[in-house]
Amino acid sequence: MAEKKTEKEMATIYIFGKKYDVPAELTIMNAMEYAGYQLKRGCGCRNGFCGACATIYRIKGQNQLQTCLACSKKVENDMYIATLPFFPLVKQIYDINKIKPEQQIMMQLYPEIYSCVGCNACTRACPQNLQTMQYIAYAQRGDFAKCADLSFDCVMCGCCSSRCPAGISHPQVAELARRINGKYIQPECQHLIDRVKEIDEGKCEAEIKKLVKMCTGNIDQIKNLYNTREIEK
Amino acid sequence: MYGNYLDDAAKIVAEKREENLKFEHARLTAEQKDDLLLKFHPDRIKKQFTELKIGPNKGQQAPIELAEMLQAKPRLEPEKIDLNHIDYESDVLVIGGGGAGTSAAIMASEAGAKVLLVTKLRVGDANTMMAEGGIQAADKPNDSPAQHFLDAFGGGHFDGKPELVYTLVNKAPSVIKWLNDLGVEFDKMPDGTMVTTHGGGTSRKRMHACKDYSGAEIMRTLRDETFNRADKITVVDFTAAIEIIKNDKGEACGAVLMNIETGEIRIAKAKVVIIATGGAGRMHYQGFPTSNHYGATADGLVIAYRAGAKLLYQDSLQYHPTGAAYPTQILGKLVTEKVRSLGAKLINKDGEVYIHPLETRDVNASGIIREVREGRGVHNDVQDAVWLDTPMIEMIHGEGTILKSIPAMYNMFIKYGIDIRKEPILVYPTLHYQNGGVEIDKTCHTNVANLLVAGEASGGVHGTNRLMGNSLLDVVVFGREAGIEAGKMFKKIKLSDKLSLQHVKDFEKERAAAKIKGSAVSPKILPTYHHGNPEFDKEIPGATL
Repeated sequence: MAEKKTEKEMATIYIFGKKYDVPAELTIMNAMEYAGYQLKRGCGCRNGFCGACATIYRIKGQNQLQTCLACSKKVENDMYIATLPFFPLVKQIYDINKIKPEQQIMMQLYPEIYSCVGCNACTRACPQNLQTMQYIAYAQRGDFAKCADLSFDCVMCGCCSSRCPAGISHPQVAELARRINGKYIQPECQHLIDRVKEIDEGKCEAEIKKLVKMCTGNIDQIKNLYNTREIEK
Repeated sequence: MYGNYLDDAAKIVAEKREENLKFEHARLTAEQKDDLLLKFHPDRIKKQFTELKIGPNKGQQAPIELAEMLQAKPRLEPEKIDLNHIDYESDVLVIGGGGAGTSAAIMASEAGAKVLLVTKLRVGDANTMMAEGGIQAADKPNDSPAQHFLDAFGGGHFDGKPELVYTLVNKAPSVIKWLNDLGVEFDKMPDGTMVTTHGGGTSRKRMHACKDYSGAEIMRTLRDETFNRADKITVVDFTAAIEIIKNDKGEACGAVLMNIETGEIRIAKAKVVIIATGGAGRMHYQGFPTSNHYGATADGLVIAYRAGAKLLYQDSLQYHPTGAAYPTQILGKLVTEKVRSLGAKLINKDGEVYIHPLETRDVNASGIIREVREGRGVHNDVQDAVWLDTPMIEMIHGEGTILKSIPAMYNMFIKYGIDIRKEPILVYPTLHYQNGGVEIDKTCHTNVANLLVAGEASGGVHGTNRLMGNSLLDVVVFGREAGIEAGKMFKKIKLSDKLSLQHVKDFEKERAAAKIKGSAVSPKILPTYHHGNPEFDKEIPGATL
């Protein structure tokens, strides 16, 4: 679409050690493509939802290694960039219908969380600004609801785990906590249970079959129904 | 603050905010809607479509960019593929690792099938992951599947296949329950009542959400469940299907796979093949930006078409009215409809509310295009646009609502210094959804035996316009249906030993006879972007961003 024709401000960056001058307004992902890369790994939704583009960088002259999502981080001058093409997290296998919402399950599946040294490197690494170490603390205690709540925005990019001295796969721990919370801890929904039962018993059938019949017969009749339907305030 | 020319433009919106908040624009009449669509909807621009010269939909219209892929050269000559060397054997082959593919894999495995799931990128790298606003289901006491049917069928311009709409709405509550039982965290009241809102074109508040990470929450749960079934489901990632394989009876019985990094070819043989490859936004029809996933390049349509499967409504696309139009880093990214269902109104450059924010998507998209074309849009270096007045949300529902209900939206803009709690945002339609696809029946069968299709790659469920929240529903309902159906079918089918790509050879003959020229190959697999780098300025398909 409409690219600005005016002179662009440029930034000098280093992709896998190679120097490139790119427009300073670009994200790391767009800058890599501007430089000529066709991304295969390390690229997904391009909008901060999928965690495929976990990336590490360092600004020349600074000793700190930073983590981010390449799709939603703008380039900076003197940025040294390397993507994480695949991040090997530990994912334990379990049967959601057989586990119990108790602290025990974390001890069994992810015992390494109890080796957390409290360094908070995970939290500093999180491109979503989550309180990563804190949600692991909740998981340790078996407080799954709080762990689920704090980790809800996790895109499972793995940046946290890349910095963890205890070898914790934080996103997988949080995933387990959220599933336990969703299934066992949050209150059940009565109107949902009732409606499923009604449908199973065929109580909704007559009304809907009438409409299906109109679709193949008198189309004006259903058009009229649609155009005059009452809309809930 | 925008800190540039947009600050003055935004002031006009701020000045009229109180007044606009109180004013409710009338809904358009059926005639007014038709007129708006006819004049401004991209699907009505005839020169952007072309007639298909070959294949099952010969004589029908398709977007130029899709027609090129549907009629392009196959990626590999059939003669060069060794079908005797089988790399994978399974009962059910699922192509695609999004919401539909994983749901299908889970249900087929539940029925005892050995499943191979191949996916072009990673499992979960799909449009499902990016669905923000919610998923519809008529489970509240004032609602019913019939009411949902009326909304979906009418919203789809009465073009949907009734038996598909029936399945969609009738299975909706049980699908919500299934997801909840898998551990999906829906927004609920303390007593368990689902928090539900309106979407464009809904007559009841039936949009269930997981904040504005609805798709991500559903997708990561389905992905986790898929991996929990490692004994039954084998996942092969970074591998695209580039051709369907048929047997001597013309039934689908496998696929030619390609490792997208090495180009290496693998042959998968199966009793049932399910295509769940998703959408086509990355084809950038008519040069539009897109809210879609990187992998959304219509591959499933291409391989199904070459295998003889009929498409339905391949000429119907959904342009989501509110794609981000500023700043440039997020051009085309989705601003969820939930922003409007929470009360943010669409405002033109003069600060006027010019339409009801919850008209159906095609109507609102056309409305925005009209405002811009007739000079009432906001001039903006990235893309001329209209305002979406997000600060209204907290005036209606109280402070803190934005962080609680649409945190992803807040995060997307604050990265670029725009606080949507205080500033309105600029929006313009973005290519969002493929309304059509491979024609299916209610159990996901195509006209090719043993070839099922589910999710966005299928056509007929949404007619020629889809309502918000019906795509997340579609992928799970029909993904499950395809898996259940395959779970029944595989027990009665023998693995074929006569694998053939004769249909590909026949297709090439058809191409030659129709004198189709050009060097394009398909499926496309991934787009190529250069973001205006003059060194790559030569014409490259898909580089129109």
